[in-house]
This record gives sequence, C-alpha cells and structure tokens, in this order.
Amino acid sequence: MADGIRDKVAILGMGCSKFGERWDCGPEQLMVEAFEECIKDAGIGRNDIQAAWFGQCYDEIGTGKGALGLGMALKLPYIPITRVENFCATGTEAFRGAVYAVASGACDFALAQGVEKLKDTGYGGLPAIDGVNSGSLNGQTMPNISAPGAFAQLASAYRAKHGVSWNDLKRAIAQVSVKSHANGAKNPKAHLRKPVSIEQVMASPIIADPLGLFDCCGVSDGSACAVVTTPEIAKKMGKTNLVTVKALQLAVSNGQEVGYKDWDGSYFATTRKAAKRAYEEAGIKNPREELSMIEVHDCFSITEFVTYEDLFISPEGGATKDVLDGFYDAEGKIPCQIDGGLKCFGHPIGASGLRMLYEMYLQLHGRAGERQLKDPKFGLTHNLGGFPFSNVNAISIVGRYA
Amino acid sequence: MIGITSYGGYIPRMRLNRGVVYASNAWMAPGLIGSANGERSMANWDEDSLTMAVEAARDCLSGTDKTQIDAAYLASVNFPFLDRQNAGIFATALNLKESVESADFTGSMRAGLSAVLAGINAVKSGDYKNVLVAAGDRRITKMAYLHELWAGDGAASLLLGSDNVIAEYKGAFTVTNDFVDHFRGQDQKFDYNWEERWIKDEGYLKIAPKAIKGLLEKTGVSGDKIARFIMPCPMGRVAAQIAGKLGIGPDKVTDNMHAVCGDTATAHPLVMLVSALENASPGDKLVVASFGQGCTAMLFEVTENISLMKNKCGIKGSLADKKPEGNYIKFLSHRGMLEQDWMMRAEGNWRSALSTLYRHQKEIIGLVGGKCKTCGTEQFPKADICVNPECLAVHTQADCEFSELPGKIMTYTSDLLTYTLDPPAHYGMIVFNNGGRSMFDFTDYEPGKIEVGLPVQMVFRIRNFDKPRGFTQYFWKAKPVITGEEA
Repeated sequence: MADGIRDKVAILGMGCSKFGERWDCGPEQLMVEAFEECIKDAGIGRNDIQAAWFGQCYDEIGTGKGALGLGMALKLPYIPITRVENFCATGTEAFRGAVYAVASGACDFALAQGVEKLKDTGYGGLPAIDGVNSGSLNGQTMPNISAPGAFAQLASAYRAKHGVSWNDLKRAIAQVSVKSHANGAKNPKAHLRKPVSIEQVMASPIIADPLGLFDCCGVSDGSACAVVTTPEIAKKMGKTNLVTVKALQLAVSNGQEVGYKDWDGSYFATTRKAAKRAYEEAGIKNPREELSMIEVHDCFSITEFVTYEDLFISPEGGATKDVLDGFYDAEGKIPCQIDGGLKCFGHPIGASGLRMLYEMYLQLHGRAGERQLKDPKFGLTHNLGGFPFSNVNAISIVGRYA
Repeated sequence: MIGITSYGGYIPRMRLNRGVVYASNAWMAPGLIGSANGERSMANWDEDSLTMAVEAARDCLSGTDKTQIDAAYLASVNFPFLDRQNAGIFATALNLKESVESADFTGSMRAGLSAVLAGINAVKSGDYKNVLVAAGDRRITKMAYLHELWAGDGAASLLLGSDNVIAEYKGAFTVTNDFVDHFRGQDQKFDYNWEERWIKDEGYLKIAPKAIKGLLEKTGVSGDKIARFIMPCPMGRVAAQIAGKLGIGPDKVTDNMHAVCGDTATAHPLVMLVSALENASPGDKLVVASFGQGCTAMLFEVTENISLMKNKCGIKGSLADKKPEGNYIKFLSHRGMLEQDWMMRAEGNWRSALSTLYRHQKEIIGLVGGKCKTCGTEQFPKADICVNPECLAVHTQADCEFSELPGKIMTYTSDLLTYTLDPPAHYGMIVFNNGGRSMFDFTDYEPGKIEVGLPVQMVFRIRNFDKPRGFTQYFWKAKPVITGEEA
C-alpha cells in the first residue's frame, strides 16, 4: 500500500530569477539566472544532476517544443530531460516529476526548472487562445474566452449562491490585491513593488466584469528551479534544517463541472479534492490551525478569494470576513502570498509553481529578509490552471524535516 | 389540397435609423433624403443569410413533425458559401433526417419564390409529402448607395404539403426574361445597378404584368377577386401601378415594409407573404409575385386552418422585438465594410479542421447532445461515457436535441479583453432546464441586464470568420429571452 511522498524527498537548493518585463532576456538567460543561484545553493555540480523536468507552457513564444530548451540553455550533460505542460500547474508538475524520480530511487539528484517568456507576445495579457491552438474541436465550439473572463464567472456564481452584492464582493476581492501588493513591495525579485489602496483597486478599469485591472495578476517573464535529493543524501552532504516535501497532489477535471448538474460555478471542485488528499498525505488534520503560510494561485483576485474556502481554511461563505479581518495579511494567522503572489510577480506560467515553492523554502530556512515570518512549519502552494469549469489543480505542502 | 401548411419569419432585432445613414452621407449624396425615412433591419455581426433562414425555419417548424420533411430548399443571393451546399448546413442545423433532399436556390432576386414553386411542384408530383422552404438575405451594399437604404436583412420560411393546409395553392405563372436591372459578377463584392427609371418603366411595369396576367388567366380569377397583392419593389408606388393594370384595387396592395424593415431580397416575397398571412382571413386570395430576370407569380387561397398559426413569432413578432440602432459606423463594421484596428488578439488562426467538423457535425451545427439510456441524464456534448458520476455507462447515449430546449444563465461575464466584433464579449455557463449544460457565447443581449438565472433560448449564429480561407464558422449561442419589453 502506497504511503505517499511525505518526507521522502528534500529540497537541496533553489533559485529564482528576477521577475518582470525582462526585455533584456530570453527564456535561456532567465533559466541560467535562476539555475546559477540554485546550483550554488544546492552545493553540487552541474554534472551531478542525473535527470531534469522542464516546465514551459507557451512553447511558441518560448524555446519551442520538447525538452531541448533546458538542455541547451544549461548545457546539461546528455541527461534525461522531460518537458511538461499542464496549464498553470506546469511549474509544479516539473517539481513533481523530479521529486518522484528521487523518491523512486531512480536518481540521487534531479532538477525541476520552469520558465516562461511572456513578454515576447506582442501585447498585454496571456497569448490569446485561437481556433487552432485550443484543440480541433474546442476551436470550433468554445467561446473565445480570455483568462480574466473565465475566472470572472466565479464571481457571478459566488454572488448568486451567497447572496452577496456586486459591491461587497468587489470590495472583498479588492482587499486580496491590496494585501498582496503590501507584501510584494518588500520583495526585490517581484515585478510590481508598489503598495495600492482598496480605492485604487476598486477604481481600476474593468477588464472582465467584475474584475478590474488591479484584480488581475501581472504579466511577466521569469524562471525558478529546484534541485531535489533524499534527506539521507542531504544530511550526508552536511545540510541542516532540511525542508522536505510533505504532499504533492493534483486533481484534474473530468467533465462533471462543465457537463453535470452538481457544480454551482462558485468554487473549484478540483481544489477541494486535491486539498483533502494533500492534508492527509502531509498528516495535517486542521489546516486553519496547522498551516503557517500559503501561496495560492491568485491569477485573479476572485481565484484567490474562493480558494480560501476550497482549501478548507475559511468556512464556506466566510472568505469575505477572513480577508477583511486581515486573516491572510502578513501579520495575520495564515499569511497568504507573503512574497507578493502572482499579483506582484506576474505569472510566467512554467515558473510560477516553483516560484511559490521558492518563497516557502526561503521562509522555512529563515532567509526571507524583510518578509520573514516567525517560525513557519508548513507552507502550502497551490496552482489552478484552465478554467473554473474544467481545470488542473496542484497542491504542494513543504515543511521542516522532523 | 396542397399548399402552405406552416410559416415562420425572422427579422433581426436591430433597426438602423435611416436618418443616420443620410446624415453621414448627405455631404456627398444629398439625394438620399428621398429614401431616408423610417428604419431598416440590421443583422447582428454574427448573423448572415443562412443563420436568419435557420431562425425563420425554426419558427416555421415549431409544432410540426420535422421527421416528415422530404426536402429542404434554401434561397439567397448572399450565401456564405459558393461551393458547399448552404441548404446542407441549413438541414443539419435543423437536425432534419439524413434522407432529406436539399438544394440551394440563388442567382436572382426571384430565387426565393422559385424555391417555393419548386417545393409546390415536388409536393404536387406526389414524390414528397412535405417540403421546407426558406429564404434569407443580408445584402452588402456600397456606402451612400440607394440600396443601402432600401435593403433590409431578414428571412422567412414556408412549409409546403397537404396536411392542414393554411393557404391552398391555386397556380403559378412565370415569365423568364434576361432583363439586367443589376448584376454581381464573380469576385465582385457589390451589385452594379442600371438607372431606376428604366428598371421601373421597362422592367417592373412591362414584365411583371405579363406574369400576373398569365396567372389570373390560368387560374380563372379576375383581379378584383384578389384580397392581397404581394410584390416586393423598393420603388414606392410601382406595385400599386402594376395592380392597377390588372384590376386589383389599390387597397389590396401589400406594403413593401420600407418603413419598418427594408427589402430583404430573395426573402422579401416570403417575408411579405408571411406578413399578409398573419392578417389574412379564410377565403382570401393572395397573389405573390417576384421580379428578377422575369417574374414568377403564384396564387394561394387562405383556409380555415389559418387559425392554427396563432403561436408563430412570424414577421409580426420579430418586428415587434426590436432594438433601435443609431450608430452607422457599427452597421458598417458589422458588415465588414471598414478597416478597423481590432488589435493583435484578432490575428488568431481560425482554421476549422474539416474532418473534426464532419465527425462532430450534429454537435456543432445541430446542437445535438446525448441522453443516457441507462440513467436518463441529458448532456452536451454527447460522449462515449455518461457524465453522471453515479452512472458512467459506456456507449449508452441517444441523440438529444438541445437547440429548442429552454435554459438559463448560471455564470457570466462581460469581457473587454478578448477579441470579438462586438465588444465586450458576453459568455457564460448555460444550464438547460431538463439537464445538460455548457459554456456558450451570448448574443442579442442587453448590456448591463445579464444576471444569474436569466432565461435564454439557443440560436444558430456565426462563431467566427476564417478570413484568409473564406470560411464562416457556425455554432449556437445563448440569447436572453426578453419578454414584454421593447428596448
């Protein structure tokens, strides 16, 4: 009987590029920037890496298809490299591949690296989905959905379900962005580093009702990576204060939300499934009490908002109270997006999951500078890719090695 | 007895005030003032001749058994496809049986009535019991041209057969004459027209009377027995002048609908006929005539069954459901007449995989989903495995038509970011009342009046244009049901 991933793999080192509009860099340079930090932190040589997982979503504006992009950029020694793409969970998927490889005993050191060079798109926002890049059938039937338009749907259903007015929900989700900007201002690697007021957020131009510009995360270039090994090897290398993987869960929609009668449109069915499994895998009984910090997928403020409930931290219908009470602030019970989140880092798809883990890793090692939280034990990261009605959800929990 | 057994009509919601067309063009074409009164119907950006004909046919087929239709004839001089049978798309959208005959009628303003006559003859021959005919036109005209004011967009449909005939067919007469009042050559976007006075004097007033006189003589009916004379002609008094030559009283001449709609080309004889049937009484004799490279005239006599048509939307219903439009630029934009900056998001590749379209033609063109024979769950799309997590039965689904099922909005947004020809794009999750749901674009909505729970009906519309390849992509959209309100 499988007993899960808990404490089988340790993070040996991590790196993260500066995120932003990196007009000076292609995906290759971004990867090298993150990798140099990571390999130094890990204390191994490039040729010690035995396998790698490469996360990149938009290959057409990145390094192209396949795993060549990573192998060529880092000049890795003819090792097995797998390219993964799983919507916004792409970075976390790269991590999962590397972690599973080490846990299986297939290799001692594995690299997970994600990158996205979004600012070669030519316009703001994510590259548009068109008729030929969304699948040959979707391309003939699906509405021409933008990312903010997809996630804005949540707000309409949440208002209807909980009887919340447009204005009250708008204010609550505005606070989500205000809180993240306050954190991002303290992070030198973040893209957006200016605090904003709730009035500024609420007054920003509407992109997809009710989401305004400041309800949307930034659009940036960036790369992040991790080298993983077993706790035993890490200890032999003299590493202390190990950070280990406690849970890695993924839940993928099967058509029920978009095709069957149960789902009401106001939450993520996948997140609820993956969260339960992740808590069980990590041995967490009461997430509201036991989690020290979370990095959730705040592609849009409403996404983060409903995720508070889907992670069973805020009670159903209780996200408004928690966010307005400061529960998720840096000084709150469970700081959320302590690094600034997607809101301030932007969302270079392939890098985001690893960027979130990077902050958890820094915090658990006490290396988060101005943002350092007091004595964190468990950090949870969460990615949500696709659309509220059909999506990919990834949840990872990392923590101190007991 | 054979004849018309049902009718349907469709005039798009938007009505362009002709005054704004005149105001924009008066500097160069002050003469437009003479035709600048009233309003003309204006197709939405996602409507064309085909989609409007589908709407008219859906109205016509309501309350009938469409499995009994043997042929589907579609007429237009503005078909989306020159070589791909438009009637085939039409029949698929209506989910008619596969063994239906289908044909396009085009090439002349007379094509609409030619299709009706062909349908009547097919029923008369005994080979077919029921023939569905529809005509739709969305004409593209040059800016500041008289026909920009004269034309309207719309469609109408007739069901022909022998059961419950509402208007009995009495006879037809045709004159064919290559009188070229206007033409559109291959690869030309616009019509080329000759002088109106010549068209009137040598065309309408000389050729049409020959056909109508022939009809009256053939059927043994004198002009004074005609209750309605139905003949489209955008030139105001021409129909009355023709009627006068044939002893038909001026009060019997049916209005050409210039003030409320405009001339819908091949559809217009049918549009005016449906409009006349909406006000007809049993025993009324109707002459309907259509001019174009000659003239065809047909005689119908209304029966007691006309009372069966009470629930049709028809021309009356669709004229009443209107939204005034005062933006000439928007009108031009919707018809592809302007070079606008739609920004880079519009540059996408919208090529349709034709093999995929073929495998999913019922789903895409007909909005046919599935109903699980094991658990009864209705679902869209139809799939090999039932979507009900308690069922998951494999290969159990029968066809289930969603196009006529009522639904309501479950989630929505208005999206200013994504590319659409009428921003902001509105779309969301539609839940059908008997089960089944999917994401759909919305159309013909009132901005600011979308809400969760709003009832919708499904309509067949253009989804996108694959411009480099000249391919129009169709799918179904959700149209909020607007009740008891004229916007």
